[in-house]
Amino acid sequence: MLTKRIIPCLDIKDGRTVKGINFIDLRDAGDPVELAAAYADKGADELVFLDISATEERRKTLADMVCHVAEKINIPFTVGGGISSVEDVDMLLKNGADKVSINSSAVKNPGLINELVAKFGSQCVVVAIDAKEIDGQWKVHLVGGKVPTDIDLFEWAKEVEERGAGEILFTSMNNDGTKNGFANKALAQLSDSLTIPIIASGGAGTMAHFADTFMIGKADAALAASVFHFNEIEISDLKKELNNQGIPMRL
Amino acid sequence: MKLVIIDYGAGNIQSIRFAFKRLGVKAELSSNAVTIKQADKVIFPGVGEASSAMAKLKESKLENVIPKLQQPVLGICLGMQLMCNYSEEGNTKGLGIFDTHVKRFSDTVKVPQIGWNKIEHLKSPLFNNLKEDYIYMVHSYYAPKCEDSVATCTYGIEYSAALRKGNFYGTQFHPEKSGNYGASILQNFLEL
Repeated sequence: MLTKRIIPCLDIKDGRTVKGINFIDLRDAGDPVELAAAYADKGADELVFLDISATEERRKTLADMVCHVAEKINIPFTVGGGISSVEDVDMLLKNGADKVSINSSAVKNPGLINELVAKFGSQCVVVAIDAKEIDGQWKVHLVGGKVPTDIDLFEWAKEVEERGAGEILFTSMNNDGTKNGFANKALAQLSDSLTIPIIASGGAGTMAHFADTFMIGKADAALAASVFHFNEIEISDLKKELNNQGIPMRL
Repeated sequence: MKLVIIDYGAGNIQSIRFAFKRLGVKAELSSNAVTIKQADKVIFPGVGEASSAMAKLKESKLENVIPKLQQPVLGICLGMQLMCNYSEEGNTKGLGIFDTHVKRFSDTVKVPQIGWNKIEHLKSPLFNNLKEDYIYMVHSYYAPKCEDSVATCTYGIEYSAALRKGNFYGTQFHPEKSGNYGASILQNFLEL
């Protein structure tokens, strides 16, 4: 039976992990390779690296980091952040990334999804969607949630699927950072209306939130950052607990 | 030990090269027929779409070389699928090593299948000393259970997670991305 996935997300700036990582037993908490290895050891099913660098050398730095991660880590990982061309993706995949995640660039140029799928295959194209519920309407936001659009989440998600994306990573901006749980109603609607896997993101605070997003939100995978970085939830404990509740987990 | 990964421009071979490096074996990338024939072990990788990968294989003039190899050959993911007779994906004629047709998952399950699933009914030296465990799968097409099946997986239906015919082996899953368990499978391949 296919298991549900638990995915820690690491923010990367200039080749280093950022955003207060509070990990015991790490010599260098800023080293993405060391942190990735620690998560893999604890039972993470996949990893996501989100690059937030703004420097001119970002591509080269990111490619080097991806290569180092691929060299040491034996579970799959996705790289996202600022990816806007076939060339960007080609470089990341060649350096060992398993998947790439595109977001604003897909909204600005939806044809990019088709191009990437044709060249590299659906399996490595994740489309990330940040959306916010305003007066009962879920609207897609760009540039890390800073720029609102009139695009409806569910319509965009359908289009993304039709263009061949392999997965959708949906972040609810209403829930992100609240630690009050995932946006399960919207997630369930996405899951019911699409045939590709959905990764839930935004709002994880407790183990029960993960159980809810799999059972009520019908998510295929759940992504979180701070609860893992600050040791609030231990991945191995989380997976055991979810398994006890009848949610299929790789233990 | 001379290990060659067939480099025909289809997919991410870096991960496979690194997986063997972690096992202490340097893998050579090559599209040269002579180099491939002289290897002790050969890896036939592949990701992406079947017909375009097959077209690349033909451009590299390797489609007649691979089926004649005598040493252990391991096809991974799309590599394994291309070793079958035929794939529904892009209506693609394969290398005809494994006697089965590759089909698309039905709409009763989410496609692609992405994530960790259990392999069962293990019967090949690839799985020596290994119990049934979780491996990483990413695919929309599958090889049905057949005479050459040496491991199965269930996603809607039970299908071939691994195939073997003589010196030819194939895994639908990615051993290079399947944690320490996957590494053990690659180690077993090296010891064939």
